[in-house]
Amino acid sequence: MQEKISGKLQLHNKNLDHFNVQELALEISLVLTEKIASKNLTVLELIALGRQPYTNWLGSLKNKDLSIINNAITKVNLDSLKHKKCYELSDGQMQRVMIARALSQDTSIMLLDEPTTHLDFYHKATILKLLKSIATTTNKTILFTTHEIELAIQLCDKMLLLNNTNNPYGKPSELIKEKHFETLFPKDIINFDANTASFKVNK
Amino acid sequence: MEKNKTHIKAFTLLSLLLIVFFGINISLGSVSIPLFETFSVIFGETTSNNSWEYIIWNYRLPKAITAILVGSGLALSGLLMQTLFKNPLAGPFVLGISSGASLGVALLIMGSSIFSSYIGLQLVSNISLAIVASIGSFIVLLSVIIVASKVKDTMALLIIGLMFGSITAAIVSVLSYFTNAEKLQQYVYWSFGSIGNLSWQQIAILIVLCFVGVILSIFSIKALNALLLGENYARSLGIKIKKARYIIIITTGLLAGGITAFAGPIAFIGLAVPHLTRQIFNTTNHKILVPAVLLYGAVLMLLCDTVAQLPNSASVLPINAITSIIGAPVIIWLLVRKQKIIF
Repeated sequence: MQEKISGKLQLHNKNLDHFNVQELALEISLVLTEKIASKNLTVLELIALGRQPYTNWLGSLKNKDLSIINNAITKVNLDSLKHKKCYELSDGQMQRVMIARALSQDTSIMLLDEPTTHLDFYHKATILKLLKSIATTTNKTILFTTHEIELAIQLCDKMLLLNNTNNPYGKPSELIKEKHFETLFPKDIINFDANTASFKVNK
Repeated sequence: MEKNKTHIKAFTLLSLLLIVFFGINISLGSVSIPLFETFSVIFGETTSNNSWEYIIWNYRLPKAITAILVGSGLALSGLLMQTLFKNPLAGPFVLGISSGASLGVALLIMGSSIFSSYIGLQLVSNISLAIVASIGSFIVLLSVIIVASKVKDTMALLIIGLMFGSITAAIVSVLSYFTNAEKLQQYVYWSFGSIGNLSWQQIAILIVLCFVGVILSIFSIKALNALLLGENYARSLGIKIKKARYIIIITTGLLAGGITAFAGPIAFIGLAVPHLTRQIFNTTNHKILVPAVLLYGAVLMLLCDTVAQLPNSASVLPINAITSIIGAPVIIWLLVRKQKIIF
């Protein structure tokens, strides 16, 4: 991951530099855009790897680990696929597996890097709705980057707009009210319609 | 837990094969010794023929044990390299270990002929070959580790390993060009690989190296499994990547370096056995794979050695060639049947 360039990063009021990798593994789980190294893992094996921060030196799973893994699998609706190999899955299914892995790591924060890339609109909506339901039912902080601004407006509690100037942060409704979306793209190409919270391409 | 059952079955089968091939390996050779006599020698009973006892204790048994150590060690280091480099084509020698050993040996054999007027000594013996081969692999490994501390990307490390290989191969070519035919032949013979002329002391050293390698690998199992997801994920799971990478590289160096020093470069086992094992066990979990490749490597090496010694004839084929002749078609067959190589 990118090291911090400047400023201060804190987690639970403690400087992030003071966490070692093991402590960090108990606090933050990741879903990245990079492909996993071995697609020969089964869904179950992959999700079970999320328990590594809690297991002994050999990585043996206890009953508690197994039940957490099974809960994660049920939550993302993968029960029928859990013995499949990863190379047999579609991109959307694979993304759900990666989310389940992060879930089984059972951290208070889950970071996702563009979780909806390479997915069609239906799967984009499914993944983001899934994240929303995880956030509300498990009380986890879910932070993700995305280019799907319209979907994010509908589903996110708070948004940080990276617009290269003041990077406004707040509830989607507030950001709309403060007209931050209007200036996000060059006006001669894309306009924002505040009533429908959607972007229109100038014809 | 159906999976556990198939794993147990596969482990039992491999163990049985190991015992059977070990038996076959020591009962066949250039001198034909009756099967019953072979086993009574092994179990310490007296035989009618003293030379048989000598052959079995000082030639066949050390050779079979060497085969097991070489097969297991190379297979294990192949597995480590494939997982570390996320590359199904990686083998024990991708870090340039065998090229380092070749360079050491080439310098000793051929260099001594070029500079013979200065040295004027006959330095070449089994022991000195093993020593220079270890020094060669150690120097290359050390360079790779130093470079590894500078680069973040494991893939860059793989390419650097290959480059070290090219450089040493080039130096060996230059040496071969200037040396005389006799020395060149001696070098070529070393590069054929041989597991037949280790003394019990050398085997003891090899056992210690393999033992340390296996222990280090067992302690790396968790990291290896995490690495199946890639380095960034592994780090997010609390694995100290740099430390894990050093341990894996050093383990491979001990195993592959030690084996190359005593037995010469032996191709293919390290590359093929991890794949064959994944096919049988149908898993990527290193808790299963580590013991499985040890068994499978030993079995395959015993088989190759049995073929190489051409039972009941006086000639022995180069083991390095046999491992490829037997192994490569197996991989091709697997690929054609399964359509793809799963890593």
